[in-house]
Amino acid sequence: MKMRFLLLFSRQGKLRLQKWFTPLVERERKKVVRDMTLMVLGRPPRSCNFLHWKDLKVVYKRYASLYFCCGLDDKDNELLALEVLHRYVELLDKYFGNVCELDIIFNFEKAYFILDEFLMGGEVQETSKVTVAKSIEASDMLQETMEEYMSKPAF
Amino acid sequence: MSFLDAGIEFAFSFDQLYDRLQSMPAPIRLRELIRTIRTARTQAEEREMIQKECAAIRSSFREEDHTYRCRNVAKLLYMHMLGYPAHFGQLECLKLIASQKFTDKRIGYLGAMLLLDERQDVHLLMTNCIKNDLNHSTQYVQGLALCTLGCMGSAEMCRDLAGEVEKLLKTSNSYLRKKAALCAVHVIRKVPELMEMFLPATKNLLSEKNHGVLHTSVVLLTEMCERSPDMLAHFRKNEKLVPQLVRILKNLIMSGYSPEHDVSGISDPFLQVRILRLLRILGRNDDDSSEAMNDILAQVATNTETSKNVGNAILYETVLTIMDIKSESGLRVLAINILGRFLLNNDKNIRYVALTSLLKTVQTDHNAVQRHRSTIVDCLKDLDVSIKRRAMELSFALVNGNNIRGMMKELLHFLDSCDPEFKADCASGIFLAAEKYAPSKRWHIDTIMRVLTTAGSYVRDDCVPNLIQLITNSVEIHSYTVQRLYKALLDDISQQPLVQVSSWCIGEYGDLLVSGQCEEEEPIQVTEDEVLDVLEGLLASNLSSPVTRGYALTAVMKLSTRFSSVNRIKKVVSVYGSSIDVELQQRAVEYNALFKKYDHMRSALLERMPIMEKTATNGPTEMVQTNGEAEPSGLESKHPPSITQPASQANDLLDLLGGNDVAPVIQTTPAAKPASAGGELLDLLGDLSLSGDPAPQVPVSQPSFLLDGVSSQPLFNDVAAGIPPMTAYNKNGLKIEFTFERSNTNPNIAIITIHASNHTETEMTNFVFQAAVPKTFQLQLLSPSSNVIPALNQGAVTQVIKILNPQKHQLRMRIKLTYTHKGSPLQDLAEVNSFPPQSWQ
Repeated sequence: MKMRFLLLFSRQGKLRLQKWFTPLVERERKKVVRDMTLMVLGRPPRSCNFLHWKDLKVVYKRYASLYFCCGLDDKDNELLALEVLHRYVELLDKYFGNVCELDIIFNFEKAYFILDEFLMGGEVQETSKVTVAKSIEASDMLQETMEEYMSKPAF
Repeated sequence: MSFLDAGIEFAFSFDQLYDRLQSMPAPIRLRELIRTIRTARTQAEEREMIQKECAAIRSSFREEDHTYRCRNVAKLLYMHMLGYPAHFGQLECLKLIASQKFTDKRIGYLGAMLLLDERQDVHLLMTNCIKNDLNHSTQYVQGLALCTLGCMGSAEMCRDLAGEVEKLLKTSNSYLRKKAALCAVHVIRKVPELMEMFLPATKNLLSEKNHGVLHTSVVLLTEMCERSPDMLAHFRKNEKLVPQLVRILKNLIMSGYSPEHDVSGISDPFLQVRILRLLRILGRNDDDSSEAMNDILAQVATNTETSKNVGNAILYETVLTIMDIKSESGLRVLAINILGRFLLNNDKNIRYVALTSLLKTVQTDHNAVQRHRSTIVDCLKDLDVSIKRRAMELSFALVNGNNIRGMMKELLHFLDSCDPEFKADCASGIFLAAEKYAPSKRWHIDTIMRVLTTAGSYVRDDCVPNLIQLITNSVEIHSYTVQRLYKALLDDISQQPLVQVSSWCIGEYGDLLVSGQCEEEEPIQVTEDEVLDVLEGLLASNLSSPVTRGYALTAVMKLSTRFSSVNRIKKVVSVYGSSIDVELQQRAVEYNALFKKYDHMRSALLERMPIMEKTATNGPTEMVQTNGEAEPSGLESKHPPSITQPASQANDLLDLLGGNDVAPVIQTTPAAKPASAGGELLDLLGDLSLSGDPAPQVPVSQPSFLLDGVSSQPLFNDVAAGIPPMTAYNKNGLKIEFTFERSNTNPNIAIITIHASNHTETEMTNFVFQAAVPKTFQLQLLSPSSNVIPALNQGAVTQVIKILNPQKHQLRMRIKLTYTHKGSPLQDLAEVNSFPPQSWQ
């Protein structure tokens, strides 16, 4: 299931996370973000979660105040994409404990690290929640350990 | 407090001491910055804060401060997400990647993925770092490198590092193996030639127990099979992939609850779906593979829980697979029934997905989909726009001769109430369906009228000529049609297509309208004056477009031969002779001339339109040249209905020359008559055709062709001194001679005048001459002088043919002659080959 991009934005259209799985220049990225935000935020309340945009399928889901929006290939399974988005939210929730938008704002780099343990190149990398959580935990530990070990004072 | 902060805090406390010895304060922490920026109340305030911080960061970068580089880049990434430029941090990311600290690397790689893209040369500098990190002793560092390479590696980077990835693909460390597999997928996508290199490593991938490795391996195998038919064949036969996949899938379904991979009672749905997808590719067009997977597909289809989205995701993939492989019919019916059940699901997403899939399968499994027709039609009433659209497309696909009446009721109802964005497509769809399956002419006309009155302004422009042609051909209900259209006009003159069709009909059949007779329904009593009032109203109204006014004026003119109030009509026509609208003015002037100078031709010119043949392939988009002009020399044919109608039905000689049972209906009257040198005609002349050009020719636009030679100047220029005439045909007393001239205005045009003479004792009446030329030529036939050839050579019928020959090919022609002689109709075909060279060189 080749995802092209994954975006998180708030109800006011503020971007909280952007992950790109295809090479796009800055200008093109901005355009995509703008289009997605407009389209998704403009949807009537009880519509289905799927859209068509250019030659892509767009799948989006709202979790509290955040919209999770991803772009898929035309042949991909939209229902599974919903499951992927849900799994990511679950991973965030496990890590932050009752995750909310503020967590993502103040710890955006963590959100990226978690994402990078779950997806790679637009495909799912690990299907076990436990394994992803363990990897993140171990990496965080490594940060601390290495810091202590390597960060000798300058003088 | 987060770990990032902990690490930085630690460094900070020493740095506080260090800084007291320096003058620079330590850069503020990331969270602090985020907090500060969020307090900004206006955009301007935010911009100010950001600019200040960026300045500080920039100087920090300039000082090569490696202690805080990580913190600064992290802040820069935050500001970048808010939309501010951050390109000056690109090199810093590279420095962070090269650092030994894990924190640095983590932020560095993140920054690289966000700020760099493969179109900049800077990113190539990463290659060496990534290479080193791929061989790092810590797996998490290796993981970072694989992740970055797998997300944004350019083709060159992939080429350089493919070997490292391949090595990692063979490691026993499942954490690295799964990442290496996806990295390999990216490498293959970027550099397909490298696919071969990963083949040996795939040997035992599927015997892994680890789900992460299994999943990514299936993705890798899918990618390879999709890209290379050789690989696909290899995996089918040599590796026996299908049985392995079937086994894994079976285990997933049958095994008990596994908390690690469970989602709402289903074991690892992500892996199940990927396996189903790979099975689809393996089973496509391959009987053996398809057979091997039949059972497991049936099992998944029947046993999967459908109460939650996750189960339906798996069912959806299963259905797609069943429809794509060579499955047995029982399985296919099962699949369609699953889709049918989806249609009844409360969840909108499921309904949408069902409609999309049914649309894909409706061609191949039409009958099975028909069974769900009523549910599909119900979806037309859904509130969701995406669902409505899909339902509409599917409904049109399901219309056939049996259900046309019922379906049309629903579709017309939909047309009434749907959003404007649908109306144009819906109207076109209805017209198409009605044309194909109309149970009766009257029903057809009624349907069209309904569409025109409810969605008239959304109807496409090409519908008007189509409808006119349809109406013309429905001879028995002309009075019914014109009556209904007249009544519609009385109600509403704002919808242009409706008004145009109505005006045309009134012009043609006005006599039926006032006659007070109608077959199908109660006739209305209309006087000539009332009709003319309506038409004049159209001419004067602001709602009418210029095209509509043209229709109306022409209709008025036509009524001059059908009504008795000719004086009134003359007045109307002369008034518009000074109209500001040039188009209208020209028409009026020409019609005036018709009254004054050519009154003897008027009735013939304005008589009823003949039935028009329409071929299935040629729609209104094909342009065809008309035969002759509606009015004699000096006037151009200006009846858009009559011109576009010939265009719309390509009254091609093929039907007639091909010896169809359909008797040729077209007479060579001076009225506008289509006789084309269109595409099909030339198919007949396959052996005559000189160029191998299969594409239908694009005729020269009429006006310029007509103007060539048709102007106030003499028609022909006698440049052609010296082209000898020839006898084209001489049989049964009918002799046809060709004389030639070359046009002065266009060297590619040859002008042939035919002289048809009759040396029998009885005259030949209803004489029609038709001609066809090979594809590289274009032909125009002007009006004949008459269609009666007097006996005993007492006069000849002449007719002018203009031939455009841009490629200077040798001229050849096939002619068809129809005439009545001694009471019996005769026709003959002949080929004319021996044209003098000067006529075409």
